[in-house]
Amino acid sequence: MRRVYLDNAATTAVDGDVLAAMLPYFANYFGNAASLHSFGQDARQAVEEARQQIASFIGARAEEIIFTGGGTESDNLALRGVASALRTRGNHIITSSIEHHAVSETCAFLEREGYRVTYLPVDQYGLVDPAAIKGAICNETIIISIMHANNEVGTIQPLAEIGLIARERGICFHTDAVQTLGHIPLKVNDLNVDLLSASAHKLYGPKGVGILYVRKGTRIDPIMHGGEQERKKRPSTHNVPCIVGFGRAVQLASERMAYDIEVVTGLRNRFIKEITEKIDNCRLNGHPSQRLPNNANISIEYVEGESLVLSLDMEGIACSTGSACSSTSLEPSHVLLAIGCPRELAHGSLRFSLGRQTTAADIDYVLDILPAIVTRLRRMSPLYKKELR
Amino acid sequence: MPSYSDQVMDHFRNPRNVGAIENADGIGKEGNVLCGDVMELYLKVKDDVIEDAKFKTFGCGAAIATSSIVTELVKNKNIEEALKLSNKAVAEALGGLPAAKMHCSVLAVDALKKAVADYRQKTQAK
Repeated sequence: MRRVYLDNAATTAVDGDVLAAMLPYFANYFGNAASLHSFGQDARQAVEEARQQIASFIGARAEEIIFTGGGTESDNLALRGVASALRTRGNHIITSSIEHHAVSETCAFLEREGYRVTYLPVDQYGLVDPAAIKGAICNETIIISIMHANNEVGTIQPLAEIGLIARERGICFHTDAVQTLGHIPLKVNDLNVDLLSASAHKLYGPKGVGILYVRKGTRIDPIMHGGEQERKKRPSTHNVPCIVGFGRAVQLASERMAYDIEVVTGLRNRFIKEITEKIDNCRLNGHPSQRLPNNANISIEYVEGESLVLSLDMEGIACSTGSACSSTSLEPSHVLLAIGCPRELAHGSLRFSLGRQTTAADIDYVLDILPAIVTRLRRMSPLYKKELR
Repeated sequence: MPSYSDQVMDHFRNPRNVGAIENADGIGKEGNVLCGDVMELYLKVKDDVIEDAKFKTFGCGAAIATSSIVTELVKNKNIEEALKLSNKAVAEALGGLPAAKMHCSVLAVDALKKAVADYRQKTQAK
């Protein structure tokens, strides 16, 4: 059976070059990067090389990069670390209503710790209004956290503008860039961000490693204790093979990002155009143009997302859904609800996220299979019948 | 996404008794589109025995599978007997359901109860 992986926003396959770069660091150069001897120094050198690669890629200095265990940890460190360091200055945090749970649940945790959090709404396309941020700022505001691009609907936020507002008021600005690093151009000085979270496994690197960029001069406390690593901001023995893999993945991204964007955007646009033509009562969620190159999020009326995902999986196609039935809660995606998508359409949503390996034949296969699945499920659906009456 | 038993996947893949029954003797509707599950159960009943059962469902894999198995379990059963069907028995017949999906078996049994109640109301009216 043909297998088509269109869930690259969840995770990507490790690139062969990345894997090859990592392998020597498991058994040959296995030293602890904190050790003084040559075994340790070999590992240390590899970590610092990766740090420099990543720093150059985002226009930062090497000492501004902290390696973490992944995007979720980076978000936790950014928000809890800054909130703790600036506790005496203020207790107010501004974020959006469509953040990844790594940010929104951390904000909820901070609320329980006594901080006040403003969750700003977004428009029908998923965009945060910079003017609303300006309006929400008060003397107590210590941090603003707005994601670079949304993981579900792919909307890219006007970070540069928001960052300027934050800087004018002397407020720390954090972004979750997990979906964008290596996928769209990203320079910390262009975006005016003070902190930026990213993860290797979204750009063909390994799972279990992330970074937090921390602009020089930003006050941040560690959230873990027990070692001197990463200038005491993130203790724990370095995950050397994965850090090396992250560096290589970023290097590959810098070489081929422009090409990838062009190819993936072309395939994605054709997919959206043809699928919405082939399936009646099917619409695109998110922004028509200001979106991640690889993201297509659609809602199909009268059918439920989990049934669609299961049916597609039986045909070898992998994607995801914002339906409640795919999670343990009974609530559909908070992002789709925030952009005003009706509940019944949120239940019928599918997210396809293309990757470097996606071909035109893959897209043709989905364009062929999905309409047939929708027809089959609609035949079973009591809702479709009613509409036809 | 929860991991389903082979029986659930079988009923999802090849659902039994899909469709509506013309002039059904009992119809039961349960669920709400806003919650992501809507079931319609149709019964053909003769002398209190369920001769045929069909369903239409909008919902997840478990919603479709539980609807499908209920139609199989109640066919050729006396309505009193059919009413004894518990949601637990529905889940067991499917080789178990993930905890988060047990509500689907409740919906399916409730749709059945409503269909039987509808049948009784109709027969009493005659």
